Amino acid sequence: MATTASRALARIDSAARGAPGLLRRLLGTAEQSIDDLLERLMGEPFADRIARVPLALGPSGVDPFGLDPQWAKYALGTIAMLHRRYFRTDVHGIENVPEGRVLLIANHSGQVPIDGALIGAAMFMDAEPPRIIRAMVEKWAVSLPFVSLLFTRVGQVVGVPENAQRLLTQGEALLVFPEGARGISKTFDRRYKLTEFGLGFMRLAIETNTPIVPVAVVGAEEQYVSVANFDSLARLLRMPAFPVIPQLFIPGGQLPLPTKYRLWFGEPMRFTGDPDDDDSIIDEKVWLVKQTIQSMLNRGLKERKHIFW
Amino acid sequence: MSLSVSATERTGPTTTTGGAVLITGICGRLGKHLARVLHRERRVVGVDRRSFVDKPKDVEHAQVDIRRKKLKDVFRAGDIEAVVHLGVMHDPRASAADHHSWNVAGFSKLLEYVAQFRIPKLVVLSSANVYGPQPSNPQFLSEDAPLLGGQNFSDIRDLVEVDMLAQGFFWKLPETETVILRPVHILGAVHNAPSNFLRLDPIMTVMGFDPMAQVIQQADVVHAIHLALRPGVRGIFNVAGNEPVPLSRLIKVLGRQRISVPYSLARVVLRRLWALRLTTFPPPELDHIRYVCMVDDRRAREVLGFAPRVSLEETVRSVDEGRW
Repeated sequence: MATTASRALARIDSAARGAPGLLRRLLGTAEQSIDDLLERLMGEPFADRIARVPLALGPSGVDPFGLDPQWAKYALGTIAMLHRRYFRTDVHGIENVPEGRVLLIANHSGQVPIDGALIGAAMFMDAEPPRIIRAMVEKWAVSLPFVSLLFTRVGQVVGVPENAQRLLTQGEALLVFPEGARGISKTFDRRYKLTEFGLGFMRLAIETNTPIVPVAVVGAEEQYVSVANFDSLARLLRMPAFPVIPQLFIPGGQLPLPTKYRLWFGEPMRFTGDPDDDDSIIDEKVWLVKQTIQSMLNRGLKERKHIFW
Repeated sequence: MSLSVSATERTGPTTTTGGAVLITGICGRLGKHLARVLHRERRVVGVDRRSFVDKPKDVEHAQVDIRRKKLKDVFRAGDIEAVVHLGVMHDPRASAADHHSWNVAGFSKLLEYVAQFRIPKLVVLSSANVYGPQPSNPQFLSEDAPLLGGQNFSDIRDLVEVDMLAQGFFWKLPETETVILRPVHILGAVHNAPSNFLRLDPIMTVMGFDPMAQVIQQADVVHAIHLALRPGVRGIFNVAGNEPVPLSRLIKVLGRQRISVPYSLARVVLRRLWALRLTTFPPPELDHIRYVCMVDDRRAREVLGFAPRVSLEETVRSVDEGRW
């Protein structure tokens, strides 16, 4: 009985897949237009650019963490539009990012992690040679259907120390937001004020002898203006935060405001010592990174003439 | 069978003494395979309560239950140099009491005799499932990762316990070289959940999930056991086969139909089917097709000298071979 039912389901499934040649043609056109778009935005075909990225792809065309360049292309097609057209990102100092393993430490803001996507886009589209950055995602996201699939295929990994360590020893570029959910769900009155930094990234950097590149993201705080945060409701819904964003109730306000993003990449910082040191000692080193990012933010804000252009 | 032939073509391990290998659960498919490989180079004694059909002539088979006293006679009779424990029961339909008495009580008995007769080598076939699929798993679990397999799937707690019992043996009896092998999903003619899953037609997957997976062919598992029998080898080894691939690629290799079902629906349906005894997959096993449970096999490659011999394609296709 079970098999008949599933056979029937499979028939429907295959019919849906096989029937419209039109759909396939549409998909073909979509792929072609993504190729064209990326070529126009990057000045060279995607295939040429990705070929220069050092990737550890297995024979199946997927790397051990599940990154699939084919998926990355589609994701990048969308992000490239945001990067170049919607947020018109200004990228400063990207040449500071050294080759080989590196930890990018950035401030986290804007309710939705567009900042991470744009840093990724900058590293792929503006850095030379191009890099695919790996970010660590919340465990919660991994249990969501589609989200988990998309994240893994575009090279994001679950945020556990073992994964970070493995990626760094592989020579990858890792993006970490030490503020985590605390930073991204800040209300508007606390914009551009760094919240408490986690210490894990510093232990990781010392242990794997990895240079840290501080990154300041200016422009994300204004994309969604959050006026309050319901902590208890968030806890109830098992979500990291529950921000109140008035613009969501205005038609069209669901899109982030088209602020102009400015990414500032600082000089690499190197730390030595014992990764298992006491929190207070690690904290001092973390404080240095935090101060660097805060002063980069302050300078970036001073130089900014207008939020939207 | 071509696979077992290729498995026997290896250069033999460096065992010089003529003692016997005692294999528990020899009548399982993996046990038979191992017996066929080992009996050419050393004496093989099998223990299994089932009967051994088409047994090679020189393999001795004692048809005893490992929980019975008679097991001691097998040890007493002679010159056993190594024990390979494959006789783990994992029948999701069997009762918890059965599971416990067989896996835990039976295995404790076995350990008792290993200690009493000072057997120099003990190889236990555990499984990477003892780590359990979780959203918070690192992509590659090392041997010292916590064994959380029973957390969401209480039926396999006794398998975790077997692994723990064997671990206790490391320091309880340091003169015995204890090896615990934790292979990833074993594919082949074996009747286990991953092989049965890939034999489905169409294959059901969970919508929106396509975890990376590692699979290993049964011949490679036999090869790993063979390597573990070498003197001097001890410790825990994760054993992975070929490079990890997304689950969807495994299905593509087989060329089967694939239907993806939303998790909530899949869970309800599977629970119903399970209650009606229409499926062999207990509902918690759905997590295996949602989350990663992959292992870091660096230690097996470096210390054990293990490398998979069967290609990924062959490994996956072997689930359809010889459905006997």
